Amino acid sequence: MKKQSIRFKNYFYTFTLLWLLWYAFTTSLQPAELTVGAVLSLFVAWITVKYFDCCDPILIYPGRIVYFVGYFFVFLRALIKANFDVARRVINPKLPINPGIVKFESKLHNRFAKMVLANSITLTPGTLTVDVIGNTFYIHWIDVKGGDPETAYKEIAEPFERILLKIYG
Amino acid sequence: METVLLILHYAGLFLILLGSVFLFLGALGIYRMPDLYNRLQAGTKASTLGAMSTILGVGLIQPSWFIKLFIIVIFIALANPLSSHALARASYKAGVKPIITSDTDEYAAVADEAGRPKTEKNTQTL
Repeated sequence: MKKQSIRFKNYFYTFTLLWLLWYAFTTSLQPAELTVGAVLSLFVAWITVKYFDCCDPILIYPGRIVYFVGYFFVFLRALIKANFDVARRVINPKLPINPGIVKFESKLHNRFAKMVLANSITLTPGTLTVDVIGNTFYIHWIDVKGGDPETAYKEIAEPFERILLKIYG
Repeated sequence: METVLLILHYAGLFLILLGSVFLFLGALGIYRMPDLYNRLQAGTKASTLGAMSTILGVGLIQPSWFIKLFIIVIFIALANPLSSHALARASYKAGVKPIITSDTDEYAAVADEAGRPKTEKNTQTL
């Protein structure tokens, strides 16, 4: 019985998200547009509902939104830094890289939070997520500063995970 | 109103220029880096920020498109790292050896257990 209600809830969220997306793209309130959007959203939701695992309404509490905005700025800063990092390495004639693959354990449990962390790591300076198995992240690091998991965790994941732990905790 | 539009226009042009510079550096990175994984590194970061910046620049020049372009930017920010992660994982498991100069390859054991085909060690130098 419980499983049934969770499924319905996910169905509802997927549908709402897709419909809002449709509205944002068409930016028209004509009934015909909205109906087509609703039908398509239902169809897509029917296919994708089993993957939907991200957006409980608990995420819209004000405290969490503050953290989301904070995360966005931390992420943007890391992304810009990453680009200058790439530029620095590419322009240097000696190509200063020292690649290796390190691993570390994450403290996150939520699947969506782990996805966000993995994506953020890929976009931060010199790191690329190769695989995530359970809570273990395998990271290709372009300039290894220390092969043990603790150093890797401190250098790569800490600033993001601190905020994600506050949101998903 | 006119001045605001003018300022937005020039801000947009600046963002497009910045985006093209980053995209160019990313392309240079793909050309210069020695193996697949390092190329992915350069390619992902540069193409994400480059494309985001260019698209936002277009949005500033043409403000009525801004919402749609912003959704596209979010989509790029989500999809780009996912695709490069999938590429890296698939090629590692298919036996494409990375160049490792720092003696740490924690993933090799996992990939071997998953049945990675045996290939020659990548002895290419940097």
